[in-house]
Amino acid sequence: MIRFDAVSKQYPDGTLAVDELTFEALTGQITVLVGPSGCGKTTSLRMINRMIQPTGGRIWIDDQDPAQMDEAQLRRGIGYVIQHAGLFPHRTVAANIATVPLLIGWDKRKAEARALELLERVGLPASFAKRYPAQLSGGQQQRVGVARALAADPPVMLMDEPFSAVDPIVREQLQDEFLRLQGDLGKTIVFVTHDIEEAIKLGDQVAVLRVGGQLAQLAEPAYLLAHPVDDFVADFVGRDRGYRGLSFQASPRFPLTHEQTVQLGATPAQAAEAARDGWVLVTDADRRPLGWIEPARILVSIQPEMLHRGGTVAPEGGPLRNTLDAALSSPSRRGVIVDDQGAVLGTVRAHEVLAEIEERARPAFEPESLQPVEEAPA
Amino acid sequence: MSWLRDHFADVLNLAGQHVYLAGLPLVLGLLIALPLGWLARRYSVLYPVLILGTGLLYTIPSLALFIMLPLLLGTGILDPINVVVAMIIYTVALLVRTVADGLGSVPDAVNQSATAMGYKRVRRFTSVELPLAIPVISAGLRVAAVSNVSIVSVATLIGVPQLGSLFTDGFNRTFLDPIIVGVVACVLLSLLFDVAILGATRLMTPWQRAGKAPA
Repeated sequence: MIRFDAVSKQYPDGTLAVDELTFEALTGQITVLVGPSGCGKTTSLRMINRMIQPTGGRIWIDDQDPAQMDEAQLRRGIGYVIQHAGLFPHRTVAANIATVPLLIGWDKRKAEARALELLERVGLPASFAKRYPAQLSGGQQQRVGVARALAADPPVMLMDEPFSAVDPIVREQLQDEFLRLQGDLGKTIVFVTHDIEEAIKLGDQVAVLRVGGQLAQLAEPAYLLAHPVDDFVADFVGRDRGYRGLSFQASPRFPLTHEQTVQLGATPAQAAEAARDGWVLVTDADRRPLGWIEPARILVSIQPEMLHRGGTVAPEGGPLRNTLDAALSSPSRRGVIVDDQGAVLGTVRAHEVLAEIEERARPAFEPESLQPVEEAPA
Repeated sequence: MSWLRDHFADVLNLAGQHVYLAGLPLVLGLLIALPLGWLARRYSVLYPVLILGTGLLYTIPSLALFIMLPLLLGTGILDPINVVVAMIIYTVALLVRTVADGLGSVPDAVNQSATAMGYKRVRRFTSVELPLAIPVISAGLRVAAVSNVSIVSVATLIGVPQLGSLFTDGFNRTFLDPIIVGVVACVLLSLLFDVAILGATRLMTPWQRAGKAPA
């Protein structure tokens, strides 16, 4: 657990970067600090490992005061990942990952074995061990950055916009893998980002900071979307809050409509036979959906390039947001629901999903632990 | 060129002296420039002072320095140590800026992450900053090496033998051969230093030759 107790940072020129910040980053959870530039989020992060010294208040790491510890010792016990990874260009990937183990005196062979283990853990082939960072793509470098931070198995990790510099598709992969990794490891993580979508996706709790380094709101993502505390948070959290909030609610087992499907290569006649309301779903041999087609408009047997691919596909029991989107995006208005293997189970219509949403209460929980701490605990 | 055939051993001997007088100060000067360059980088107040101060040293005429040093150091006027010290001064003059700029070329993110991982200052310097500054420092070192090879020849005027002795010899006898041999030998020596520095740099910077990211 990391506790901020009325922590402030004022620079000599009088600028207040962080203003009496008080919150707790709970053990084994991801706490995201999010806010516009100038809100002091990176400053706050760097005060934890004393890259920046606070000018007021105290920070506790598991009831230890880092100010009393040797700086280098403290930092070796805290994983740190930054934008662009900050890898050492002159060291191989394996040597980069082994940095902290070697600093704390592991023998070379053990450190190297650990590096290889972590390389695999972050989804990179062992053959990358001997490469230099310049030989890796941005996303691969970022994975190495995460592996390096994990090398000595620190209980605490600080991450400063680690996924901001990669393209959106890679970013999403990295986020998903990061969540999977965290599911296994259960580190206490403080994560800084300016991207509210990322904060909501990754955070167990999200702290929204405003310019001047004040805490605007600290809450679970679903709660933040449903109950922004003021206009600033509401603005910052952004549009489509109701829709995005559905990400946190699982779909029930909808009564699915059976869908007659055809495979690629089916003749116009076969397609017309299977179609309902003018549309038929085309799948591969394993019944995985490929796209929709209007039999009335085709003259030859079905080819891949003839398909309408706009419809999304939702897993059964997945978030309501995905289920609703599957229905809304489908050219036939019928949302495709698939099983774990990706095979078609049936379809659901938007009004059925909406009816389910209407039935539900808005998230109104407010766990005590997520309340901003009003006073310093004794 | 029968002159060269007859005096080959002498020329080789003088070339050896030349390598010593130009090369040793290069190494010692680099060792002195490293901490000075680090200071210039670390404390921004010191940067202009150190860069300007050491830079000015280079403007002292070499002959004047050769003559003044025995007075300052209390050494004999013919002592080669005077030349070595003078060349160290010129090397430092050229390299302090190079070292400071080399350290400045290390990406900020790399320094930050080194600190965040728990490197202490000295170890960060030796195992992160210095290795990454090698390409820039090496470029400066090549300039300093050529400059040293050329300036050392002036030491003939104070009676310290090296390849420059061939110039005065040829001049006194109005005989061109030793002068040509001396010039060619100086050029070859410069090349030798250059190749040696380049080779050492390549050995120490394998990462620079690693290809770019495969698609």
